Amino acid sequence: MALQVQTKTETLVRVEHLRKLYPVATGVFARARSFIHAVDDVSFDINRGEIFGLIGESGCGKTTTGKLLVRLIDPTSGHIYMRVSSDPSTDSQGEQFVDIATLEGRALKEFRRNVQMIFQDPYESLNPRMTIFDIVSEPLSIHRIGTVYEREERVAELLSLVGLTPPESFLFRYPHELSGGQRQRVAIARAMILNPSFIVADEPTSMLDVSIRTGVMNLMLDLREEFGISYLYITHDLAVARYMCDRIAVMYLGKIVELGPTEEVIQNPLHPYTRALISAVPIPDPTVERQPIEIKGGVSKPIDPAPRCRFYERCPIATDRCAREDHPPLEDKGNGHLVACYEI
Amino acid sequence: MTTLTTYPVLQVENLTMHYTTRKGAVKAVENVSFSLDKGEALGLVGESGCGKTSVALTLLRLLPENAKFLGGHAYFFRDGSDEAHARRAVGKPVKILVDGQGYQGRLLELGRSEIVLEAHMDGRTQPVRLGRDQIARLGVDLTALSDEEMRPIRWKGISMIFQAAMNSLNPVYRVGDQIIEAMQAHMPISVPEARERVAQLFQLVGLDRQLMDRYPHEYSGGMKQRAVIAMALACDPDIIIADEPTTALDVIVQDKILREMRQIQKKLNMSMIYISHDIAVIAEVADKVGVMYAGGLVEFGPSEAIFKSPVHPYTKALMSAFPSIKGEKVKLTALPGEPPDLIKPPSGCRFHPRCPYATEICEREVPQFIEHKPKQYAACWNPLM
Repeated sequence: MALQVQTKTETLVRVEHLRKLYPVATGVFARARSFIHAVDDVSFDINRGEIFGLIGESGCGKTTTGKLLVRLIDPTSGHIYMRVSSDPSTDSQGEQFVDIATLEGRALKEFRRNVQMIFQDPYESLNPRMTIFDIVSEPLSIHRIGTVYEREERVAELLSLVGLTPPESFLFRYPHELSGGQRQRVAIARAMILNPSFIVADEPTSMLDVSIRTGVMNLMLDLREEFGISYLYITHDLAVARYMCDRIAVMYLGKIVELGPTEEVIQNPLHPYTRALISAVPIPDPTVERQPIEIKGGVSKPIDPAPRCRFYERCPIATDRCAREDHPPLEDKGNGHLVACYEI
Repeated sequence: MTTLTTYPVLQVENLTMHYTTRKGAVKAVENVSFSLDKGEALGLVGESGCGKTSVALTLLRLLPENAKFLGGHAYFFRDGSDEAHARRAVGKPVKILVDGQGYQGRLLELGRSEIVLEAHMDGRTQPVRLGRDQIARLGVDLTALSDEEMRPIRWKGISMIFQAAMNSLNPVYRVGDQIIEAMQAHMPISVPEARERVAQLFQLVGLDRQLMDRYPHEYSGGMKQRAVIAMALACDPDIIIADEPTTALDVIVQDKILREMRQIQKKLNMSMIYISHDIAVIAEVADKVGVMYAGGLVEFGPSEAIFKSPVHPYTKALMSAFPSIKGEKVKLTALPGEPPDLIKPPSGCRFHPRCPYATEICEREVPQFIEHKPKQYAACWNPLM
């Protein structure tokens, strides 16, 4: 069943039944017999100008989903449709999306221009031998845009946009001369320079310190306001997700277990996993007594998961049906709040 | 002798330590003072590089070679009747608590029934004789101990859970054996006794006792972290220093371990210093909070008071920069600028270039660390009242 979200807003990205399996290494000659189901039948839409959060613990498949969306890796099955042309006259009919797996040549290049990624660790993601100017202008030279002077102007413009001012003092410095927060701003400037319509941000602030992190988060919110960019915002931090995202999807072992408007999901979580996850978030107020919901065990690896609810072993409300039938489908419980659970 | 209901286990005074580098001295710990009482959990919070781990390493004297200790005291208290502790204190700076009165000075002589103290009183130095049985608590300055004298204090007096300590388990030994080895290095205990103690500790931290004969690779991340906590508890320390013990773990496991540590700490009436960058975690575990910025302690006091009405602008900024899943969703305010380079820290108050309340004096003079509200200390010229 394809996901039907009834909104008047324009859909930018549509993900349908996306799966990515990784073979578990066996031997040199033996064929892999087991697979890690990193992303397992995931469907969702992202609207234009929306910040869509992907939440979950390590190993839940959120980063794999992000990489699939920018086509850094190819899916095992399923489709990702994206509106590559930025022509505003087209309306949001499914047929007018392009399946990004089919893109080749010029169209692929156009897609690469339109879609950018910001990585978690700004200490790893910037080439230490390149100056800030080279790093930020590289996309321009790859896409053969502008003369050297125009590029320099554009880079300076972008650096001021991301708060690295005055830009002249940063242009010819190297990443090691910058702090973590400044580096992440450089990464954002590079992602922004080609005017993308969609950015996948994979834990962009989790390596940054509190006083720096807020600045980077506010910058990303401002860029959305100003340029109408859509983000897929990947994070394990629910408080950050609440601050950044319009809607969130909670992933568990490769599956989306709950999806909906951020405030709705956080204040009124329905899936037992989401409930436990939210109840485990510490509150920065010593007078608040939390009532954590206990769940058994820890996250396992989705290697050849049995055809039943992925959360079955740990679930406090599981019944026979949850073990007997396959993983439950996402069902709308009203107001676009979707849950994958038989018992809700 | 009256029994004290609350008494200090650690008093740190004006601790200062710099790292020598080729570019110059990194002023990592500057004039840090705080105290920790029996059964109390102190949360040290601050951003990376603010000196919170360096404070712990200075206390335990585990500093790297380029560290230069420049002054201050760290009095580690034990019961006045603890003979080994008293012997260790001879010739060292000490603090002594006698019936609600404190003496400070150097311990000159340790007799069977009395001690002689070269005490600093009323601005003079004079010898004072005290009966051994009068002494409630004896604090010895850890910074004055030799490596040899320091060794028995580690693990038994103060033990530390290091950041990412779960990766420090040796992969080729059984986890239980590693804990037994640490115990035998610090106290006379037979292997069967030690095994029994490990089994008890495993139960305390929520691990199955069968696991003690397993290897680290058979443990999950959370289980390893629990084993490391069991190891830190093995010698029954007075103080546990936990340096970001749960940061590498997932939300649900982190929360579980955090709550368990808090329960154990309360149950054993142990004192704890909990180091974290996450003020939400600190809010949950700490009775008292110390906020560090650029090598200095900027605010110190009871947790509830500090979270309700912080005195130092940095504390306030730290709190308003933190998103929460509870309460109204508000636009967070970002602090301008970045933490300073500790080789050339700003003059006066190190926070002044980023402080919205800074005035002219902040740039010129270092503010005193003083009590602004009951029990709430801060180093600030323009405290928020």
